[in-house]
Order: sequence, then C-alpha cells, then structure tokens
Amino acid sequence: MQAISTQGLVKRYDDICAVDGLDLDIHKGELFSLLGVNGAGKTTLIKMLSCLTKPTAGDALVGGFSITAEPEKVKGLIAVSPQETAVAPNLSVKENLELMCGIHGFSKEKTRGKLRALCGQFSLDAVLERKAGKLSGGWQRRLSIAMALIGEPEILFLDEPTLGLDVIARHELWDIIVSLKGRATIILTTHYMEEAEALSDRIGIMKNGRLLALGTARELMHRAGTENFEAAFVSIVREDMK
Amino acid sequence: MKMLSFAGRCAKEILRDGINLAFGLGFPLVLLLLLSAIQANVPVSLFEIDTLTPGISVFGLSFMTLFSATLVAKDRESAFLQRLYTTPLRARDFIAGYILPLLPIALAQCLVCYLFAIPLGLTVRAEIFYAIIGIVPMALFNIALGLLCGSVLGVRQVGGVCGALLTNLSAWLSGVWFDLRLVGGLFEKIALALPFAHAVELEKALLQGDFASAAEHILPVLLYALFAAAAAVFCFLRQMKKQ
Repeated sequence: MQAISTQGLVKRYDDICAVDGLDLDIHKGELFSLLGVNGAGKTTLIKMLSCLTKPTAGDALVGGFSITAEPEKVKGLIAVSPQETAVAPNLSVKENLELMCGIHGFSKEKTRGKLRALCGQFSLDAVLERKAGKLSGGWQRRLSIAMALIGEPEILFLDEPTLGLDVIARHELWDIIVSLKGRATIILTTHYMEEAEALSDRIGIMKNGRLLALGTARELMHRAGTENFEAAFVSIVREDMK
Repeated sequence: MKMLSFAGRCAKEILRDGINLAFGLGFPLVLLLLLSAIQANVPVSLFEIDTLTPGISVFGLSFMTLFSATLVAKDRESAFLQRLYTTPLRARDFIAGYILPLLPIALAQCLVCYLFAIPLGLTVRAEIFYAIIGIVPMALFNIALGLLCGSVLGVRQVGGVCGALLTNLSAWLSGVWFDLRLVGGLFEKIALALPFAHAVELEKALLQGDFASAAEHILPVLLYALFAAAAAVFCFLRQMKKQ
C-alpha cells in the first residue's frame, strides 16, 4: 500500500525547474528520507505534497487523494513541521499546543488528553509554561514536531528537522523521530548523511529536481561500491555530473 | 471555534509585546499630555482638548496598522502561516482571525485616550461614547491596511512603511497639528482626498453631537475602509496561493 505516489511531478519557477518529472512511491508506515544538496528540490517537493504549492505538471496521490484535485482531503491526512521552527513566539509551549488543538476543533477534554500525551512523549513538562520564543533551538524543534502531531496525521512531513542543532539536541530529536515510526508515514528531508542513514527505512537522493537513486542505505552503498554512506552519496551525485 | 482559536492567539501575540503596548498606548497619551501642556501656556487656541482628543485617537490607530502588518509579516517569514495552511483553517478564518482581535484593541486604545483626556479638561458627556464607537470604520481601515502590507512586505519593510511613512501621513494629513486650511492648495486637496482628515472631523463631530457633520465625513472613511478590506483580502489570498 502506497502512502504517496507521484506521477511525473514537475515544478518550474520561471526558467528554473525545481522538480523535474518525479515518479516516486512511498510505502505506508515507512520513514522515508529525501537527501540532497542545497537546491535539489526537496523542500519544493514537500511543499507540493502538502498542497502548499501547485505542481506545474503531473500529480501525486497522498493517502489516495490527488494533490491537484482534492487538496482539502489531503490536508486532512497530513501535517508539516517546516524548516523554520514555526511556533508562536509570545505564546507559552502549552498555549502553542492548545492553539493547534483549537484549530483542529478538539473539545476541552480531548485537548487536555492530547497535552498530557504529548508532554509525556516529548518531555515538555519542564518548559510547558515558558514562552516558545525563549526556548533553545532543540526545544523549539521538539515543540514544532509535537504541534504537527496534534492533528493525528497519517503522513508527517519533517523538513530539515535537526538543521542548526548541536549534536546532543540532534540525537535527542532522532530518538523522538524513531519513536514516531509506525504511528505515521514520515517523510524527512535532510542533508545530514548520518541522519538519513540512522533513521530511514529508505532514502531517495535528489539532485536538480530529479531522483538519482532510491533504496535502503545498504542498497545505496552497494550500488556505489562504498563502505560508508557519505561516500556512497558523493559517488552517486558525482556520477550524475559526468 | 477554529477561527476564534487563531484570533485569540493573534491577540496574545500583540498584547504580550511590550514595545507594541508602549507605542500603541503610551505614545498617543504622551502626545495628549504634552500638547495639552503647550495649550495651557499659550494665549491662542492651538490644541484645545475637545479637538485634540479626537485627533490623537485617530492618530493612535496608525499603530494598529503597524501591529497587524508586523504580525502577518512575521508569521509569513517564520513559516508559522505555512504550518497553518496545512491545517483545517480556511482563508476566511485567517482573515477574520487577524482583523477581529485588533478591533477591540483599537476601541480600548480610543477609550483610554478619552479617559486620559478627562483630567486634562474634557467634559464628561454621553457624546464620548458615540466618538468611541465612531472610531470603528477608521480602525477597520487601519487594520485592513496592515493586513495588506503584511501580505506583500517583509518585517523590515513593514517597519519602514507602516511605522514611519504611515504614522507621518496620518499625522500631517489629518489636520491634528494644524488647520489644513492654513496650508490650503494642493496639500489640502490631497488631505481631503484621503481618509485621515475625514476620520478626525468625524470624531470631532460625534464628540460635539453634530450628527449632520458626522454623516458627511463618515462616507469617505467607510469607502476607504471597504476598499482597504477588499484589497487586503485580495493580497492575502494571493500570497496564500503563492506559497
């Protein structure tokens, strides 16, 4: 069963082709990483799949619904944690979570239950009353992902979730992402090789809007004939430049 | 319910910003105090409290533009709006959620101006209530203008356009500081073609209980408010689609 299936997906901005005829299937329940250098088209792809921007050509089925014909149905299934932390800075952590509950139309009782569950899962109790804008980058990312999970999405997009975090905060966030496996299909963009290797069921390597390679970390290393994943990535990207 | 959650958040973001409160509330009150002090020490009628308070109330509304524009621009730049665009909120929820919380804030600002003017010599009378209610069309104009600016400008540009340019336009072209007829000519024509002077005259008329004059000035203010609201909705929807 596919969670996402793209068919000849294209996005052009004037004369720049950000995503170039992408055909990709992402299985239900898997953690799929999109890996690529800057400008590879990862964020544009996520924006199209989450109905934030319309494709120039092609289509994609997200949870069985078309992103071009049924964007409202798609939005009912997904959640996005954007590249920027995207929290309300003058609201406390608790208020940010309550805001998302309100936006999803939850009752007071359901909101209380959600807060309890998310605070436990993300260890947010210690910062619950602090203003989100005053938190460290790591805590803001935790909050950002917790906010994305409030709507109980079937498909969760995490755009560069550990960008700019120190190594400890990054590993803590990895633990959280791993704990989400099985609850939702997760599509994660990153340019950290070790992140993609450690977390992903499968990895897609993008460059110039195209999918260069697709497979598990082991399959990609085998394909490139290398012993480590970073070398495999470099080899696959350089091979395309020849 | 969904819209109210978003509107509540917008109100908290604005009211918890100390600089917002200092400028939005403090600055008009300081002006009221200083100009009243000047009036007390000059023999001619320059800043009589009955004409000054309506003017300062209208001038204070230019900060509503700054508040709403800054909030929308920040939400765009921080990707907070991007996150919310993937939730069940609809375009109308966003627009109402940005506009609605600022209306009571504008009314509260106007009320504080009039209350502050009482110890400075303003006579307590029922017309003060009409003047406070009469601020609504101009408040809507300023808030909608903020939504428009926040939809097309970045945070830094908003500071320049709404913080400096608009407050100056509102001050010079409203007739708060001087009678527009003293300058006359093209300046007066431009001022009367814009809503600021009409909003001040509307407030003055309501405070005097002169409803005939108020009716004359409310029309241009209402037209500007409706035009600004339509333009703001158009620009907000356009930037939403451009995501």
